[in-house]
Amino acid sequence: MNLKKIRVVLASIVFVLITMLFLDFTGTLHAYLGWLAKIQFLPAVLALNFAVIAVLVALTLVFGRIYCSVICPLGILQDVISHGIGRKKNRFSYSPAKSWLRYAMLGVLVVALLLGAGSVVALLAPYSSFGRIVQNLLQPIYIGCNNLLAMAAERMDSYTFYSREVWIRSLPTFVIAAVSFVVVAVLAWRNGRTYCNTICPVGTVLSFAARFSWLKIVIDDSKCKNCRKCERNCKAACLNVASHEVDYSRCVVCGNCLNECSFGAISYAHKPNKNNGGKSVDESRRMFVLAAASAAATASFAQDKKKVDGGLAVIEDKIAPERKTPITPPGSLTAENMRMRCTGCQLCVSECPNDVLRPSTDLVTLMQPTMSYERGYCRPECNACSSVCPAGAIKPITLAEKSSIQIGHAVFVMKNCLPAVEGVSCGNCARHCPAGAIQMVHIDGDKSKPTIPAINESKCIGCGACENLCPARPFSAIYVEGHESHKLI
Amino acid sequence: MNRRDFLKIFGGAAIASAPVLSACVGKNETQSASSSQNASDGKMTMRRNPISGDVISLLGYGMMRLPVVGGGAGRENPNAPIDQDLVNRQIDYALEHGVNYFDTSPAYCQGRSETSTGIALARHDRSKFFIATKLSNFAASNWSRKESQEMFYNSLKYLQTDYVDYLLLHAIGGTARDLNGKNLNPLETFNARYMDNGILDWLVEQKKEGKIRNLGFSYHGDIAIFDMLLKWHDEGRYKWDFVQIELNYLDWNFADEINPSNTDAVYLYEELQKRGIPSVIMEPLLGGRLANVPDPIVAKMKSRRPEDSIASWAFRFAGTPEGVVSVLSGMTYMEHLVENVKTYSPLEPITAEEDEFLMDIAKDIYNLKTIPCNECNYCMPCPYGIDIPAVFVHYNKMIKEGNLPQSRRDEVYAKQRKAFLVGYDRSVPRLRQVDHCIGCGECRPHCPQNINIPGEMRRMDRFVEQLKRNSQEE
Repeated sequence: MNLKKIRVVLASIVFVLITMLFLDFTGTLHAYLGWLAKIQFLPAVLALNFAVIAVLVALTLVFGRIYCSVICPLGILQDVISHGIGRKKNRFSYSPAKSWLRYAMLGVLVVALLLGAGSVVALLAPYSSFGRIVQNLLQPIYIGCNNLLAMAAERMDSYTFYSREVWIRSLPTFVIAAVSFVVVAVLAWRNGRTYCNTICPVGTVLSFAARFSWLKIVIDDSKCKNCRKCERNCKAACLNVASHEVDYSRCVVCGNCLNECSFGAISYAHKPNKNNGGKSVDESRRMFVLAAASAAATASFAQDKKKVDGGLAVIEDKIAPERKTPITPPGSLTAENMRMRCTGCQLCVSECPNDVLRPSTDLVTLMQPTMSYERGYCRPECNACSSVCPAGAIKPITLAEKSSIQIGHAVFVMKNCLPAVEGVSCGNCARHCPAGAIQMVHIDGDKSKPTIPAINESKCIGCGACENLCPARPFSAIYVEGHESHKLI
Repeated sequence: MNRRDFLKIFGGAAIASAPVLSACVGKNETQSASSSQNASDGKMTMRRNPISGDVISLLGYGMMRLPVVGGGAGRENPNAPIDQDLVNRQIDYALEHGVNYFDTSPAYCQGRSETSTGIALARHDRSKFFIATKLSNFAASNWSRKESQEMFYNSLKYLQTDYVDYLLLHAIGGTARDLNGKNLNPLETFNARYMDNGILDWLVEQKKEGKIRNLGFSYHGDIAIFDMLLKWHDEGRYKWDFVQIELNYLDWNFADEINPSNTDAVYLYEELQKRGIPSVIMEPLLGGRLANVPDPIVAKMKSRRPEDSIASWAFRFAGTPEGVVSVLSGMTYMEHLVENVKTYSPLEPITAEEDEFLMDIAKDIYNLKTIPCNECNYCMPCPYGIDIPAVFVHYNKMIKEGNLPQSRRDEVYAKQRKAFLVGYDRSVPRLRQVDHCIGCGECRPHCPQNINIPGEMRRMDRFVEQLKRNSQEE
């Protein structure tokens, strides 16, 4: 077994499993595969998961940037694209490192982290980019296939598969996912690991350690015939045959060069450190982030219209109320914690079985999850999002804890309330409140008048059952305002 | 019963009967022995109306579930046009095989049934069949004399005829809301629909003029109204030429057990018999529920008559009493028609021993505690978009499949829970599920089975909520 084969096998396994983790909407896989998200570098940093960070750094100090080759799904995705589309051999060549761009990107990330600009962090995090690509572009296809199976199952009276609605949760995030996929794909196809070595801040951080790694790609000057086969197949463009040097800050230890050399001049072995690096800059590539951000800013929010059968009253879609404070899921502690920690990977969004979570469209928290109750509400028997979050943005909570975490409170809008306006008797909000925070009272205490909800804000947990099940459409007569800081009641 | 169930049951029956039928055309003698009950080469059983002398086919064609283009029945798919070619073909087949009673209403198929029936029947000799239609002035907006008269004249126009053989006061005994939204009791409703506006007397006049040949009523609901109309008959105030009642082996004895405000069919039938009033039967299959029974009951029935369909038991039961002139079946598909024609050509009456057997079956079905919804869709559309019949159908289906979760300690609980919840989302879109029911009660007066719909909705809501919360893990 040579290095490349080991790398390809490991990477394939990780890639398939992590993709499945994002595709699965049944809440079954995350129990087995959730760890794959939790060992990702940036989420681990944000979750202050020191054990994972230490292991990853140690791994890099021993083996070099194998993280980028076998753990990071975006890195593997680039290899898949590069290998799948650009089969042509000998298409790469050495280029000097664009150090200032790499450090600028890292600087941007650090500043964004310090300022709590979650959207920028989310945009730069490689694992999260991958998550968004899978959730936005691949999961709809996956669910589509699942729905076909569900149709077949229904015909056979089997309950194995059930169908799920496909909907775009947030157009800006969708656009960003699509744009980043195209950019990553084009870069990977043309220049291999350009993205990892110019933009990705995780790659840059790991490169500090990789320079000093125990095992490295080493060129034996005495055996090398300067045929440059290795250089032309180095997707990281870090192997310089002219100087017989490898830029270890960029090498992702893929092992391709090892297999190319016909003279046994390249080996993966221990070698004492020596500095190197390059200096020229490619202006065009750093435009990616800016372009993606402006695309997001101009896009608007769109929702699918549901088809309605005949013989049934038409049901108008609900429209989300303007919430003064966005609602963040139970377990996220505070809006700040969410903003500081979340990398926008969309794992929670793709897991949410009740269609409550969707990426925020707010500029500061762009792509980070926010809650809204037009399609469903935060059900008492579910804590899926808290159990999948790798970044500590949503801390794990039990169902019992969830039932007493107040993430917001219900607000009554009398002008929308059917009993108040049309005089019908309703009480659907009170009937479905899992916290028992709503009682129905006669308007003005007058027994002849219809009853309206009386909300006990101190008992309300903000789950949105009332908002979702309120018969008033498109605007509910009762809706949830988020709390910046969650509290136990 | 939904379409799939229908297909499953009748599709099977049709496949079974198809070779038999084609064999009858070809080599009759050698192959007809393949089914002991094969009588489709026999003649349709006919019954004589003792009052008018009409000779009526025991199988009557209910025009309530007409097929639409693209499959399915017209009531459920109001957006799809009625498949007139298929309706024509089915009516041709029915007439060819002796069916001569066609029952429609201005309310059926969202108001399209009479027109479609008229088109199909106008292609045949008017003296060869009987048309039954109804004064379906359910909504308070139709209660005025003018509106009600208009409804009758429209029936004549749409049916392309100048007389109606059988005219019914539609579904007396029910309740309604007046124009101010006030709930009326059954008597007030009856008076508002037929007495205060003088329409009943006007209909009697129409009968004298020959525009109506037989005047009767169909009954659902409050027994006091039924008794009152029969008392009028005894007093000679109004004479009823026929009455349409719900009769099947479940309602024969169990109607009031299922719902205390309903009346056993045995009482209704015998009250009519005493007076020599012929009965027309509706709901012989309880909206298909008696064709779609749980497997253990299927096994019992098939072990007695292996080649007969499940539905045929119900039809034979409904057709057996001598005072029944016609049993109505809303046959959407050709295979229903072929199957039912076969059952009644000729009728093999239920024996005393079989009658006992069916009463036991009825007890079994009653003990299942299904919700007695026949999917007539009279409750629809719910103003809040709930798909009421679909919810009940799903619940009943789970009972029949043995997927109604009972206790979390059951080994099968997890499997049942998944089947129930997955099936629920499949059968009823989330926005049309019971948790959106606000209990306005708009549906309540429309149910001919007298189901307390808002109450059942509430019960179902609690059941589903408990089920969702109680996964077995923890």
